[in-house]
Amino acid sequence: MENLTEHVNKLNLQVRRLFQRLEAELRASVPKMLPQVIAIVLAFAVGAIMLLLTGYNPFEAYAAMLIGAFGDTFGIGQTFAQATPIIFTALAFLFAYKCGLFNIGAEGQFLIGAFFAALVGISFSGLPSFIHIPLALGAGILGGAMWGFVPGVLKAKLGAHEVITTMMLSYVALYITGYMVNYPFKAPGWVAQTVLISPSAWLPQILPPTQLSLSIVVAVLLAVATHYTLCRTTIGYEVRAIGLNPSAAESGGIGIKKGIILALVISGAMAGLGGAGEVLGIHRRFIEGFSPGYGWDGLAVALVGGLNPFGILLASVLFGALRSGGMTMTRTTHVPLDVASILQALVILFVAAPMLIKYLLKRGGVKWSGS
Amino acid sequence: MQGITKSFPGVLANDKIDFAVEKGEIHGLLGENGAGKTVLMSILYGLYKPDEGKISVNGKDVEIDSPRTAMKLGIGMVHQHFMVVPSLTVTENIILGREPTKNRILLDSKKAFDDVKEFCDRYKLQVDLKAPIHALPVGMQQRVEILKALYRGADVLVLDEPTSVLTPPEVQELFKAVSALKNQGKTVIFISHKLREVLAICDRVTVLRRGKVVGTVKANATSLGELARMMVGREVIFKFDKEQPQTRKAVLRVENIQAVDDRGLPALKDIDFDVYAYEILGIAGVEGNGQTELVETLAGIRKATAGKILLNEIDITEASPSKRIQMGTSIVPEDRQKRGLIMGFSVMENIILGSHDQPPFAKGLVRINIKEALNYAKKLMDSLVHGSNGRINVREVLSYARKLVESLILGSRDKTTIAKGFVRLDITQTSDYARRLIEEFSIKTPDKDTLAQHLSGGTQQRVVLAREFSRNPKLIIASQPTRGLDVGATEYVRSRLVDIRSKGCAVLLISADLDEIWALSDRIAVIYEGRIVAVKDPERTSETELGLLMAGGKSD
Repeated sequence: MENLTEHVNKLNLQVRRLFQRLEAELRASVPKMLPQVIAIVLAFAVGAIMLLLTGYNPFEAYAAMLIGAFGDTFGIGQTFAQATPIIFTALAFLFAYKCGLFNIGAEGQFLIGAFFAALVGISFSGLPSFIHIPLALGAGILGGAMWGFVPGVLKAKLGAHEVITTMMLSYVALYITGYMVNYPFKAPGWVAQTVLISPSAWLPQILPPTQLSLSIVVAVLLAVATHYTLCRTTIGYEVRAIGLNPSAAESGGIGIKKGIILALVISGAMAGLGGAGEVLGIHRRFIEGFSPGYGWDGLAVALVGGLNPFGILLASVLFGALRSGGMTMTRTTHVPLDVASILQALVILFVAAPMLIKYLLKRGGVKWSGS
Repeated sequence: MQGITKSFPGVLANDKIDFAVEKGEIHGLLGENGAGKTVLMSILYGLYKPDEGKISVNGKDVEIDSPRTAMKLGIGMVHQHFMVVPSLTVTENIILGREPTKNRILLDSKKAFDDVKEFCDRYKLQVDLKAPIHALPVGMQQRVEILKALYRGADVLVLDEPTSVLTPPEVQELFKAVSALKNQGKTVIFISHKLREVLAICDRVTVLRRGKVVGTVKANATSLGELARMMVGREVIFKFDKEQPQTRKAVLRVENIQAVDDRGLPALKDIDFDVYAYEILGIAGVEGNGQTELVETLAGIRKATAGKILLNEIDITEASPSKRIQMGTSIVPEDRQKRGLIMGFSVMENIILGSHDQPPFAKGLVRINIKEALNYAKKLMDSLVHGSNGRINVREVLSYARKLVESLILGSRDKTTIAKGFVRLDITQTSDYARRLIEEFSIKTPDKDTLAQHLSGGTQQRVVLAREFSRNPKLIIASQPTRGLDVGATEYVRSRLVDIRSKGCAVLLISADLDEIWALSDRIAVIYEGRIVAVKDPERTSETELGLLMAGGKSD
């Protein structure tokens, strides 16, 4: 028994240290987030001008949005529910990005993951939940991983650029899942969707009647795990080394090809897990077109979040709030829902544009050399 | 130049510098990197404005606010990095900015060519005037730069580290050209940190150290040692004393290897040599004769198309880079910023590169000991099914269950342990190790978490050395290990190499710097066009002979 207590104590200590480090990390990243905060303020300012020009009252609109997103338990629940899938896809983008890869196919990996989870959800009944849920989530991970593996191998073996392959595979995923729910797995009725999954695979809801499910907990844990993996494991170390300087990584004995494949597999798995969470937690089935572009939002959220797992958590809440608050705003003030999309676009523009400008300046800048 | 002071944020680059050059002399400006040589000359050329001090040319006080003014006053500068247009011809480059025209609009190509031709003849600087710049070797490009400055009416020519990009024969050519200019009555300021060159070519030498003038001496009245002392501020070692080896065991055997370069052309043709323990084998050669490919092939990054590589008699021809590192190969790459370091990584992260997946840095987060797990699982089943004396002993069952779980997540380490895949970096171990190496190799860094890109070149090289020398290497491959480093850092790197050799390590030194090869090697192999053309004993070989071999000539 003593041995076990010792282990537990050790584990406790490690957990405490981990949280101390997280706190330090967060504190250090606050100044780094400043450009993002300024970008968000600017986006809302420009949005206000646009609202004024088109004859709406911006204060009224923004107030409605804020109340809709955070005003009551339902609003908060919806905000976080909307944020959940984006956390997964943003973390997926981030992980590949750290390896110097631009995985813009999170949408496809997300869809395949969702579909795989739905299949497992449908196929078994009578399994206990504690087996069925992990199994279905695992299927989602597997599906997403597969969808990341293909571009990974194409990149490592043939040098095919991942931007092209991941994007094209996104469409393959969209149409394959579309075909599946229109023909082989179509539920009776008019809608292109599968039948309901067994209740044993349902992810428990938090705060019903909102759409918030246990998936958000998985998402937050995944953010912590991503941070830990990148900073404190050999895999993360190798992935970052490849991303920063492949030549030096190669000289240091790191297998570049293996690393690239692994990074895309993990990235795809993350997005796939997100898709599984949506199916098991909200829709309870795979519905064609259920994702309004969570994969693409992930890319934006990763950038707005300053390419940092914790920044991603904050940024995804902002995007979730825009979605859920936007709906309330439309209902109560007759400001069109498009305003929420415009705000989202403006935030991305203001965050991404300075990055682009900085990048261009760095490339075109004159370097003085001296001895 | 009198009382020149120039400071940058945090640095006093020039501190009340007095510097005078007489007409018609070659004046050396000597100093380590960061001593303020280039800043001083940039002030003279109008690129920087001094905070204090005045400049006079031919006895008249002048204010030089731009390179244009400097040119009008007859001051020309040839930078370390050439400012030529690669796609234009030599003539076009030389006349650039002062083109002779017809009717003030059209370029008079014929007159331009004739002018430049006449010019080249006058200064005895021959170049193929119709060739495009990019087709010329570096030495010729530099000559074009000199001609350009002269064409613009320079009487005083500033050459900033002109030899750093040249091969030994090109250096000789440059020296001839500079002497010719002096005979034509031109004045030359020769910036360098290489002592031999300054002694060989200059009439007088001014030494700078940390932004101050240490002194001006006549070249024929001083010595290598005195200049080095002035420059560094203490005695400098040039010749290293080495003990003789106790054994002659071949650590590295390279047997007739061949390899192709990036374009698929043969780069290594039947390379064959051994490196012994307690030995530094120097590979001398003009750059681009296969040295880069040789290092890459030995590192396992480039495939050998034929031949064998043996490390301590074990065939490693097909081994991965990581395997070779584990077997005791350490490499100091020629391009530390590209291959040696990850600039966006901290000092600590760079120091463990290559050892990051080995204990004590890497630790299993989950350790599954299969043998133990199976054993406890069986015992658990037994205790559940049979129990002791027909009754189930709860305490026994629990204790086996606990041991089973433990063996699954924290099993003791032995051959049946699976800890692959997800392995955690032990931050305590890596931090301690990094701190120890920073101390031991005097790495000048604020702390172990500073990014490599924020360190100076010499410090970056120390990080590489610390990493490569500290993992008990059997073989060290050092490629251009002192390139771009100042005298102090160079001396440090060389003494470290000699040091590790005395400990029994085999060292393969690849360098374009003949002085370096000479000072360190026990044997010298000359590489030319992908072949080892000769292996010589440095005691019994002359510099001329070696130079000849490097240029593709035959030795007697």
